[in-house]
Amino acid sequence: MDMKTKLRRFHQASWDEPIIFELSEPGQRGVLIPRVGSKVKDEVGDGISEIPSCVRRTDLPDLPEMGQFQVLRHFNHLAQENLGADYNVDIGQGTCTMKYSPKVNEAFVSNHKMADIHPCQEESTVQGALEIMYRLGECFREICGLDCFSLQPGGGSHGALAMASVVRAYFKGKGEDRDEVITTFFSHPADAAVPIVKGFKVVVLPPDEEGLPDLEAFKAALSERTAAIFFTNPEDTGIYNSRIREFTGLARSVGALCCYDQANANGLLGIARAKEADFDLSFFNLHKTFSSPHGCGGPATGLVAAREYLRDYLPAPLVIKTGNSYSLDWDLPKSCGKVKSFYGTLPAIVRAYAWIRTLGADGLKEASMVAVLNNNYVMKKLLAIKGCSMAYPHHRARVEQVRYSWERMKEETGFGTGDVQRRIADFGTHYWSSHEPWVIPEPFTIEPCESYSKADLDEYCAILERISYECYNEPEIVKSAPNSSTIHHVDHDVLDDPERWAITWRSYRKKYDGYFKKK
Amino acid sequence: MCCNDKIVYPYIPNSSPKTQREMLDFIGVESIEDLLVDIPQELRINGDMDLPDPCLSEAELYRHMIPILEKNTSVREAISFLGAGCYDHQVPAIVDEIISSGEFLTAYAGEPYEDHGRFQALFEYQSMMAELLDVDVCNVPTYDGAQAAGTALRMASRIVGRGSVILAGAINPDRKKVIETYLDSVLSIRTVGYDSETGLVDMEGLRQKLDKDVAAVYVENPSYLGSIETQGRFIADMSHEAGSLFVVFVDPSSLGVLQPPSRYGADITCGDIQPLGIHMHYGAGGGFIATSDDPAIVEEYPSRLFSLAPTSHGEWGFGDVLWERTSFANRDNAKEFVGTHAALWGIAAGVYLATMGPKGMEELGRGIMQRSLYAKRLLSSLPGVKVDRFKSISFKEFIVDINATGKTIKELNGYLLEKGIFGGKDISSEFPELGQAALYCVTEMVSPEDIETLVEAIRGFLA
Repeated sequence: MDMKTKLRRFHQASWDEPIIFELSEPGQRGVLIPRVGSKVKDEVGDGISEIPSCVRRTDLPDLPEMGQFQVLRHFNHLAQENLGADYNVDIGQGTCTMKYSPKVNEAFVSNHKMADIHPCQEESTVQGALEIMYRLGECFREICGLDCFSLQPGGGSHGALAMASVVRAYFKGKGEDRDEVITTFFSHPADAAVPIVKGFKVVVLPPDEEGLPDLEAFKAALSERTAAIFFTNPEDTGIYNSRIREFTGLARSVGALCCYDQANANGLLGIARAKEADFDLSFFNLHKTFSSPHGCGGPATGLVAAREYLRDYLPAPLVIKTGNSYSLDWDLPKSCGKVKSFYGTLPAIVRAYAWIRTLGADGLKEASMVAVLNNNYVMKKLLAIKGCSMAYPHHRARVEQVRYSWERMKEETGFGTGDVQRRIADFGTHYWSSHEPWVIPEPFTIEPCESYSKADLDEYCAILERISYECYNEPEIVKSAPNSSTIHHVDHDVLDDPERWAITWRSYRKKYDGYFKKK
Repeated sequence: MCCNDKIVYPYIPNSSPKTQREMLDFIGVESIEDLLVDIPQELRINGDMDLPDPCLSEAELYRHMIPILEKNTSVREAISFLGAGCYDHQVPAIVDEIISSGEFLTAYAGEPYEDHGRFQALFEYQSMMAELLDVDVCNVPTYDGAQAAGTALRMASRIVGRGSVILAGAINPDRKKVIETYLDSVLSIRTVGYDSETGLVDMEGLRQKLDKDVAAVYVENPSYLGSIETQGRFIADMSHEAGSLFVVFVDPSSLGVLQPPSRYGADITCGDIQPLGIHMHYGAGGGFIATSDDPAIVEEYPSRLFSLAPTSHGEWGFGDVLWERTSFANRDNAKEFVGTHAALWGIAAGVYLATMGPKGMEELGRGIMQRSLYAKRLLSSLPGVKVDRFKSISFKEFIVDINATGKTIKELNGYLLEKGIFGGKDISSEFPELGQAALYCVTEMVSPEDIETLVEAIRGFLA
């Protein structure tokens, strides 16, 4: 047992914060609106009398009425009851690369020159935004080896949607009616869900004994119906599929496109790329590998990269450079269409660009090398913890993350991954129980990316060791967890019951009298 | 320090050689390269990435970035009349303050325990949107309003079990492209134009296209060309009679003075939340979908829906409604997909609505109506300039028609730009039937003096 690493006596803020409507004090104002003045009023009247009565709202929306300080305090309380990556050793959200988002970059994003520009401005007035979008693409030319880039998608799944749309448009252009996509079990759930949105049938490959996509099953699944493969590598297990080129080669031999989900590319920068693995398309989450903060779940960017021959199928417009000026190229007659209004999530794009520029080629590679180092360091520590194991243990070295299992602890104590998840909040950190379904029993996925120091990693490992000890020896404290979080055990039953769920405050008041007392 | 020393990166603490050695010794390998055994050499990048020299210090990064930023002209440095789906509204400072807090900005997918604040803030966002829209259910934000529209139509198709939708009236062309991408290969789209007199939905055209294959009729209110759609109730009745749903895309900034679509029969309301306290960021996004609490409808949302839930200690707890619907839980058997969308913008919109309150939203709508009427009145005094192309009332956007002047919008906008004015969006190629016309937008950020400046500038242009 690690007796040297001191565990925190943590208690999260617990403000017993009312729902905002309970704070309303009729008559209060949080902000004033610029007035039009008497001249305009004299000229045009009250404005609203012009609105035809059938569409004119005569009642006021029942929003809270609060002073500005009161609104601020309420949301500050909620912020304190939220554990951002800035506040914890956030390595428990494997696959999501919870890295440090450098504060210096926020200055660029919040500058009015970035925050307050309109998408329909003349291109001459937004050269800075276009330049950064263009230059980011140029960086990705090196990072992934592909040729053309769309920054339009608003997240990783959206990047997958753009890829699926490109695949659709490509085969439509060729007059081929291919309707199947093959993905793998340990790829992100979006790789299975998204192609269906574009009308594809999806085949999900099971893992073989090595934990890698089953090559024989893959061969059996491939046919002239196969439009594309959607693969992650390394997958959620952190095992790099060293035979990936066999897969892409076979896919190519039946005429399918090879699509790479690099939402998380954090172990591969400057090491291995989409190009060398023979992928045609790839997407990258700028909010994971490239440091844009996750924002509680977006806004974000899933940058899509493609080989030159697929340029015409990308979502229009693309940013181009002519001489010294930058512009939007809408002339993509075969384009798959648009996936998002306008051109992309500028804050994520600016942050990613600044992050890449501050690290350079050596720094990017160092980030990945250290992510790999950290991962293997943590792996060795965690595997020494009682009840913890990892899936496919004969692969000793892992890339950037590992999927572990509490299967043995569950058998021996009755406590599994959900219990650890509840208890870990008491130590001031966070842990995720992995994407479903749990083919690896009682799973958890740890991704100790480059942002964390050795002492951080030691602390996190010591927490898991402590919780394992408790599961075996002090079950009461685990049962009652979380004990020092904002709230206590949530009863989830109401969430699947239409009579009892309450998705809005007004719905709650319609359904209940007092605290969850059904009307 | 000697120039040959290895750089220890401030964002990569374990780039320190000393620490690396300790960790490698613990693992029992010689080098990090020994941990990359699964990545064969033939899959490795040949040599190093060819990237520009790094800006290692913050000062160097500023020196690189600021001159690039400076090339932009923001709407703070001009008078802007641009809208068309992205709007310059007042953003209260506390919105930026709260969403730039590390607690919200850098969080992601914590549990309802350690991330209680995120769940509550987004539940409150849903709840305040529900008040504005007069509905019982609103989702955690989508990527943007365009996705919300596409998903609303797919939801309608699943609910009704039909394979076509009608897009009726003057639709935002950029948004329409996104809707097409969302529906492509699965649903077919029929379009119905707008009435050339009123700019409102062509009711006769709608009557002709509406049949038993139609899952939903979609309209935008106000329309892309600015008109306030007054036939909502009739369209709703017609749709329902045909067994279709009525989907309305609405500008939430109008709802202090305009009826929410649910009151004239919309089954699904959708839209952008960007007007609610979110900086434009060159077209940022954030969208909503809102409906009644009918379980048959709720089940068809792909998005996350946060609900209140009781705790063992009588606190407000939260959780995900019908988790099994989502692609997180059900992969290839899910309703569309969910992922990282625009949660932070949802928190921003929540702070905005709480700050604005009922009076704020009403005053916002009123002030926009007044400015827009004032702008139209002044513009109509210019020779050859028409602002009454459509016999209908507009909200914050309207058409400025200069066909009678013999000039083009491109020429006009070039002239205005030199005067520090971003003229309305040139729609002469999007809507060629309108000839030389621009879509002007007037929000509360445009002062009466700004409008007067515009009018004098156009007068100068025409002279």
